[in-house]
Amino acid sequence: MNEIEALLKILAQTVIDGKKDDTVKITNRLLELNYPPKQILDEGLLPGMEVVGVRFRDNIIFVPQVLISARAMKAALSIVEPLLSEAKIEGLGTIVIGTVKGDIHDIGKNIVTMMLRSSGFKVIDLGIDVSVDKFLDAINKENPVIVGMSALLTTTMVYMKIVIDKIKQNALPVKVMIGGAPISKRFADQIGADAYAKNASEAVIIARELIGINK
Amino acid sequence: MSSFIDELNKPGILLCDGAMGTELQKRGMAVGVCPEEYNITNPKFIKEIHKDYYNSGAQIVETNTFGANCLRLKFYGFENRVKEFNNAAALLAREVCPVNGFVAGSIGPLGEMIEPLGEITEQQAYDVFAEQVIALYEAGVDVLFIETMMSLDEAVIAVKAAKENSSLPVSATMTFELGKAGLRTPWGVDTKTAVEILSSLDVDIIGSNCGKGFDEMIEVIKEMKQFTNLPLLAQANAGLPEWLEGISVYNETPEIIAPKTEQLISLGIKLIGGCCGTTPAHIKKMSEIITNFNIR
Repeated sequence: MNEIEALLKILAQTVIDGKKDDTVKITNRLLELNYPPKQILDEGLLPGMEVVGVRFRDNIIFVPQVLISARAMKAALSIVEPLLSEAKIEGLGTIVIGTVKGDIHDIGKNIVTMMLRSSGFKVIDLGIDVSVDKFLDAINKENPVIVGMSALLTTTMVYMKIVIDKIKQNALPVKVMIGGAPISKRFADQIGADAYAKNASEAVIIARELIGINK
Repeated sequence: MSSFIDELNKPGILLCDGAMGTELQKRGMAVGVCPEEYNITNPKFIKEIHKDYYNSGAQIVETNTFGANCLRLKFYGFENRVKEFNNAAALLAREVCPVNGFVAGSIGPLGEMIEPLGEITEQQAYDVFAEQVIALYEAGVDVLFIETMMSLDEAVIAVKAAKENSSLPVSATMTFELGKAGLRTPWGVDTKTAVEILSSLDVDIIGSNCGKGFDEMIEVIKEMKQFTNLPLLAQANAGLPEWLEGISVYNETPEIIAPKTEQLISLGIKLIGGCCGTTPAHIKKMSEIITNFNIR
C-alpha cells in the first residue's frame, strides 16, 4: 500500500471515530501531496461517513457518535468543498431542507444534511422553524430537485401538509421527501409527499432514487 | 410528607391524563404558536382540557409546561417569562383539580444539547431546569414529571435540579425506540442503564413516555420491571399519527388500547396515562379498566 492509500484509509477511520483534528490534518496532508480534492472526498471522507450511516441505521451507534463524526466530516468538507467548486465538479443537484415551522429540533435534519452533502448533493439548509413562505422562496431561488422536511413533534409534523399543498398549488417541479421520529410512510403518503426516509442513510438512497439514480 | 407520596404507597393503580399538545391542536391551536403562552392568553382553553381529563377519571393531570424552560421559550422570545408561564400553568391545573386529584409539573427536555455535543455547559443546563423546577414548586404542584428524556446526562441533571430545588416527589421517564439493538433511546440508552442510573438518584417514579405506541411501551415496561421495584409510569402515544380528512388521527383508539392497558397493568405498573394522540376518551377507557382492576 502506498502512502496515499494508507492515508485515505486512516482518513475514513478518523471520520468514523469522530477525530476531527486528525480528519483535518490528514485531509491537508493529502492536499499537500497534490491528491485531487474530489478523490479525497470520494475515497476517504465519504466511505467513512457511509460506515457511520450504516452503523447508525443498524443501532450500532447512536445520535451522539453520529454528531461527533458529522463534526469531523464538516471540518474536512470546509477545506475540500471550496476546492471542488473551483474544479467545477458536477453535483447531483440541489436539495432544500428544513425543520418545519414551530419545531426547533434539528439534530436529525443536520445528520441528513451532512449525509446528503457527503453523497454529492448541494444542500441548502434553511434551519429550524421554517415557514411555508421560506420554503417557497428557497425553491424559487435555488431551483432544487428535492425539498426535504423534518419534524420531531407530533404537533408540528402536520405543517408539512401546508408546505406540500402550496408546492402543488404552484405546480413547482420539485420532489418532496420527509422524515422525523413521528413520521411514517403512511403519513407521508397521506399528506402527498413523494417519499419518506426512515433514517439518514435511507435518505441518501431515496434522494438518489427520486432523481432517477438507482443505487 | 406530601399526600401524593401517601397515594403512591397505597395499593392500586394511579391514572394520569393524556396528551396536552395534540389535544390543544385538535381544539384549534395553530402550528407555530408557543403552547405554553396559552397559559396566559387562553387560560380557559387549558383549564377545559385539564377538566376533561379529571372528568374522564384522571387523578393526576400534567401542567402545560413541557417546553416552559428558558431555552425553549427563547425560540418565541419568551425566555424571560419562565416563572410567569409555569406559575400560571400550575394554578390553572389547581383551579380545576378535584379534592382527591393531583397536579404534576411537566418538565420536558432542554431543546438544546449539552457539551461536548452542544453549546451549553452542565451547569447552565442545571440552572435552566432549576429555574423551571422552582417556578412549579412555588406554584404548588404535587409532583414533578421529568419526561421524554433521551439523553441520560440530561435526565440526570434534570432530576438533580428537581431534587435539590424542591421537596417534591420526582418522576423521570425516558423515550425508547425498538431497533436492531433492542429498546434504546435515540442517544443509545437501554432500559437497564436508565433504570439503574435514575434509581441511584432516588427518583420516586421511573418509566417511559412517548414513543411509537402501546405495543412498544409494553416491551419497555417488561424490561424495566426486571430491574426495579420502584413505581413504574407508562405513558404511551396512541400509535403514530396519520392524516385523514384534513386532520392528524392516531391509529390506536380507546378500544384498541383497552387490552394493552390491561396488559400494562398486569405487568405491574403503578401509574398509567397517555402521551401524544391520547385523548380524554382514552383516559376514560383506562379509568374503566382500572376501576375493574382495583375492585378485583
